[in-house]
This record gives sequence, C-alpha cells and structure tokens, in this order.
Amino acid sequence: MIEAENLTRRYGRTVAVDALSFDVRPGGVTGFLGPNGSGKSTTMRLILGLDQPDGGRVRIGGRRYRELRWPLREVGAMLEAKAFHPGRSARSHLAALAAGNAIPRTRVDEVLDLVGLTSAAGRRAGKFSLGMGQRLGVAAALLGDPAVLLLDEPVNGLDPEGVRWIRNLLTSLAAEGRTVFVSSHLISEMAVTAERLVVIGRGRLLANTTVAELSAGAASLEAAFFRLTGDSVEYAAKETTS
Amino acid sequence: MTSIAAARMEWIKLRSLRSTWWTLAVTVAGTVGIGLAVGLNSKNATADLTNNALAGVVPGLLLTGVLGVLTMTGEYSSGTIRATLAVVPRRGVVLAAKAAVFGAVTLIVGEAAAFTAFFAASTTVRHGITAPTPGDPGVLRAIVLSGAAFCLIGLLGLGLGAIVRHSAAAVGVLVAGVYVVVQVIGFFAHSAAAYMPILILENSLSTTRPVTCGESCPDFLSAWAGLGMLSLYAVIALVAGGWLLARRNA
Repeated sequence: MIEAENLTRRYGRTVAVDALSFDVRPGGVTGFLGPNGSGKSTTMRLILGLDQPDGGRVRIGGRRYRELRWPLREVGAMLEAKAFHPGRSARSHLAALAAGNAIPRTRVDEVLDLVGLTSAAGRRAGKFSLGMGQRLGVAAALLGDPAVLLLDEPVNGLDPEGVRWIRNLLTSLAAEGRTVFVSSHLISEMAVTAERLVVIGRGRLLANTTVAELSAGAASLEAAFFRLTGDSVEYAAKETTS
Repeated sequence: MTSIAAARMEWIKLRSLRSTWWTLAVTVAGTVGIGLAVGLNSKNATADLTNNALAGVVPGLLLTGVLGVLTMTGEYSSGTIRATLAVVPRRGVVLAAKAAVFGAVTLIVGEAAAFTAFFAASTTVRHGITAPTPGDPGVLRAIVLSGAAFCLIGLLGLGLGAIVRHSAAAVGVLVAGVYVVVQVIGFFAHSAAAYMPILILENSLSTTRPVTCGESCPDFLSAWAGLGMLSLYAVIALVAGGWLLARRNA
C-alpha cells in the first residue's frame, strides 16, 4: 500500500509535482501514466526518499521510506535501467545490495535465475545490453522479496520478448498479493498490464481509476488518455494531416 | 545492526572492482620503488635515511587520494548511488560505512607500503653506511605515521568526492589542495606552509628528527601535531560531504 497525500515538489519556479494525492493498493498492477515531464519520475523519487517533498507526504505501509529498517525487504524499486557500476559483475552488484539489508546470499542466485541472468552473472555489467541491464534492475528490485514494487518505465528499450516477460512478471507478482506500481508513457502497454491507473499531467492528478472505467465511453484507452491529458502536454506537435 | 550491514555492502562494492586492487598494488609498488631508489642514493650516514626510504610516500598518497575520490564519485557517474540509498536511506550511515571500510583498507595497505619501503631501502644501503632499524629513535614512529597518511589522504579524497560528486573536478580539487596550493602558500604565506599536507608528510610525519633549515624553513609541526592536522582535514571533508549528501537530491 502506497499513500501519497498532497505531495508537492518544486524545482525553482517549476512545480514538478503539485498537491498529488493517490493510493496504490495491493493485489493488482497499478499503472502510473502521464505525458513526458508530467512528474512521474519525480513522484517515484519522492516515494523512495531520494528527493524531499516541499509539501505533503508519502507513506509505504504507513511509514516513510527512510523509517524502514531493511527497506529492500519491504519495497523493491527500479528507477533507471543502469543503476550499477560498469566495472562490477551483476552478481557482485546484487551481493552488495543484499548484504546491505542482511538478505541471505543464496537469494542473489535465486533472483539471477528468476530474471535469466545466471550465465552472465560473472561478467562486468558495463558490457550488458539495455535489456540485460533492465533484467538486472528487476533482479535488484526483487532481491528482498518485497510486498511493494516500484518500476519506472520498465519496458523502455526492451525487445518484444522482453516486454512480454516484464508483463507476465508484473501480473504474477500482483497475483501474489503484492502492490505493483509501474510508470509508463506507453498506454497500450498499460492497457494490457494494469488494472488500475493513476494518471497525472503537469504534476497534478487527472484520474485515479480502473482501466475499464477510463476506457468506457471512449474509442480506446488511448483516446481516453488523450482527452484527459490534452491540456497538460509539454510540447504539442501539430496534428499531421494526410 | 543496520550500520554493520551497510559496512558489509561497502566492502563488497570496494573489493568487487578490479580498479581498487590495481590502484592499491601500484600504490605499494610505487612507494617501495621510489623509496628503494632514493635509499640507494643516500651517500652519507648523516642524512635521515628513514626519511629517504619513505620518499615514495608523497607520490604514493596521490593514488589512495584519487581512489578515495573515485570510490564516491563512481557511485554518482554510474547511478549506483540511488541503489545504495535505496538500501540504506540514512545517508550519514552510508558515508560513515564507506569511510570505515575504505579507511581500514588504505590503512592496512599504507602501513604495508611504508614498512616494505623502509625494509627494502634499509637492506640495500651503500656499503659503509649503517642502516637504520625500527628500534632507533623516531624510526618506528616515522614508518607508522607515514603509513597512516595513505589512509588520511584517502579519506580526504572520499570526503571531497562526496562534496564535489564529479570525478574529474574532485580529483582536480584533491591534487590542487594537496600538491599545488603548497607552492603558492609557501611563496606568499611562509608560516602557513607548515600546515600543508605534503609538507606535513615530508617534514613532520616521515622524519626521525625535527627538520631545521634556518630562515628558509617555516616552523614545522611535530609528528603527532602533523598527524592531527591531516586527520582534521579528512574529518572536515567527510563531515562536509556527509552534510551535503544528507541534504542534496540523489
């Protein structure tokens, strides 16, 4: 369970996140949608305490992130594809993170196996393809077997096989009763993966609803999304007519 | 204990990079090699042979200093810092764990380098010169404190890395602060020169007897006061780095 209450973050005169309130519930995949620059990544960073809010608060299971004693055992996060040192092997990277939260060493091999990186685990992670880097990020997020998962654009740059792998993984994790919060700007991907949606534009909440409700009355989820976010895109291109 | 777990994480991170071991190996080899070369060139017994044997410590320090910088800035350039802070959200604990692990490793390596350099140089002195032994006045102190300097300059580098965050800029600040400023200070503010890290090392830590050269020398610090000054520099850099780490966005 993630609860954001009036969450606000400004950078100079720009308001990146503007009095944002929403809940993310366990047992389903919740998609976090919004145009580029709408504040999705900033919100994710605020949830993890990497950035401090100017106002409001966000709690995970009733507590702030930095109050968690062993955070990886409660929250797993993947914020960027390559959050690892290029000179370190995947196994050492995960072993270091595991040691930091007193997670048994055997869990490292389990998650490597789970994401299909066992054979590449000893190689320097700097040589990894984007897809392998994403898998390593997912492995790190799953290390502590957390009840809450946060993934920022997990399918970015993945091939179709990788996209399907992420999709199946997310739905099975949610089916186990976990809270799964996934940001994306790919509406079609969210249409097939998510049950609930939190939609933001210019840092403000536009909708907190189910996929079914949002698409009802529109031709598609995409059409509903554009109607919702029409006023909040940062740089609108002209419609092309042919 | 969360802080012990944080230290274990930092130890795995430090030892799992090949560059760590290369840099430390070159530090020892360089310190011993230069000490040997300068020791062999000691032509008379009136020179401070211990100081000559430890001549490689000054250039060697640069390597542990740079390694300290990169241990911190490498986290920023690779994005690992966000993974690290997700594991240990209390940022002061992160830097303290890093400093403890890095300090312990560079202390061991620094002492190994200083002792090896001393014994290598003292067993190869020219015929007719009496080699110093660790039992001679001030000799053991000079070796041990020179070895400790690797750790202290390394921690200074780590703190600077946390303050500056960019590898090249932080290395620049370290080199300027440790090796370049001394030239300027020595020229314009003669008495302050005694407080410069390199001169502390050369004239306070690695000597067996007080250095005097009359008017052309400032009043150098005693060995222990010199050690205190270097420790103070490291502590200031680490405290400032920790303060900024806790306040800035990652």
